[in-house]
Amino acid sequence: MLTTSITSTDLLFLLQGAWTTILLTLWAMLLGTAGGVICGLLRATLPRATLPLAWVLDAFRSVPLLIQFVLFNSLKSIAGLDWSAFSVACAVLGVYAAAYCTEIVRSGVLAVSPNVRRAGRSLGLNYWQDLRYIVMPMATRIAFPGWLNLTLSVMKDTALVMWIGIVELLRASQIIVTRIQEPLLVLCIAGLIYYFISLVVARLGNQLEKRWQEND
Amino acid sequence: MIEIENVHKSFGDLDVIKGVSLTVNKGEVVSIIGGSGSGKSTLLMCINGLEVIQQGSIRVDGTEVHNKATDLNRLRQKIGIVFQQWNAFPHLTVLENVMLAPRKVLGQSRAEAEDIAVRQLTHVGLADKLKVFPGKLSGGQQQRMAIARALAMSPDYMLFDEATSALDPQLVGEVLDTMRMLAEDGMTMVLVTHEISFAREVSDRVAFFRNGLVHEIGTPERVLVSPQYAETADFLKSVL
Repeated sequence: MLTTSITSTDLLFLLQGAWTTILLTLWAMLLGTAGGVICGLLRATLPRATLPLAWVLDAFRSVPLLIQFVLFNSLKSIAGLDWSAFSVACAVLGVYAAAYCTEIVRSGVLAVSPNVRRAGRSLGLNYWQDLRYIVMPMATRIAFPGWLNLTLSVMKDTALVMWIGIVELLRASQIIVTRIQEPLLVLCIAGLIYYFISLVVARLGNQLEKRWQEND
Repeated sequence: MIEIENVHKSFGDLDVIKGVSLTVNKGEVVSIIGGSGSGKSTLLMCINGLEVIQQGSIRVDGTEVHNKATDLNRLRQKIGIVFQQWNAFPHLTVLENVMLAPRKVLGQSRAEAEDIAVRQLTHVGLADKLKVFPGKLSGGQQQRMAIARALAMSPDYMLFDEATSALDPQLVGEVLDTMRMLAEDGMTMVLVTHEISFAREVSDRVAFFRNGLVHEIGTPERVLVSPQYAETADFLKSVL
């Protein structure tokens, strides 16, 4: 009863899938954070003028990611873009993460006390110096837990890219399940791998936060 | 010299300052007293351009503060301000708090800025707190740090906006001592304060603000001891 037909090749296959998951998460968060910081700062400093931007980002937050993948993938074919499925996945996930990250950055920037900014300006710092040396470091500390949350959530959302033909961790485990018919075992292993990746990310995040907290 | 002429300031429909004129000469210490909402703190914010005015003019050493052509960042270098809520930069150490503006605004080298910062912090009695983060300091210590931070820019003027109002009573003394020291050094100062006896001790002149206007102004003895107007006397009675 405790025998299994899972092989070391299968495990390697799962790990390869996990690597794809990690790469997708990295790219998505890289694009998402860059886009989110720019859009978030714009939204926080020019709330009226950037209202249209908010509507666009709202669309990306509201439409299920799966629909976005399929739509963008078709759009790509129609437009004749020669993008790999992996590029499409990174672009869609990146925009999706950027939409969320925008709100995280915006809330962080707005949480910096206007009085502290005033103190900075009163010392002669100009607008950009105030942003760079006072607002950004303070907002980063405020926004970080939310950003970490987003990273973990995007990491799990990468599983949806299987619908456009990429073999990541979840798809890899399904392939193995189809062959050896031991879904419980395989899904447990895949779940453990997800858990382990999350654990490492969360630990690194905690360490960073602890370092900041020592200062408060 | 700070020349304030017929300044009007409103927030929306609310007129806070309704035509204030006041001149602060070099080396002079002027205290502003008055009830809350009398426009005294707002006036301080207008002096270094943190708030815009609707009418009138404010000149600092001849430079029009509320003129589009004026480089406010440059002007603010010579006007230090200390707030009621000390507004420390929480992510920087005490030393870094004080060094930030000299380095980024005046372009001083790290060694230069550190030298000045250490000197100013020693001056306000925080020489043993250089590497500490503001969150670990008491309110009085944070306020003294804020004073050192403003002084590190070598300002010609210092504005104090109720610098001791948010402090626990037992911490007020240490901040007042620091301010007294500055006054004795000949710094030109404008203090918005509720510390009447302190105002009497350090000020050359005291102005009583009421309803957005200078109601009475003169030497501390005249305004605080034998005021001309009943409103001034009433106010003094209410805070003493």
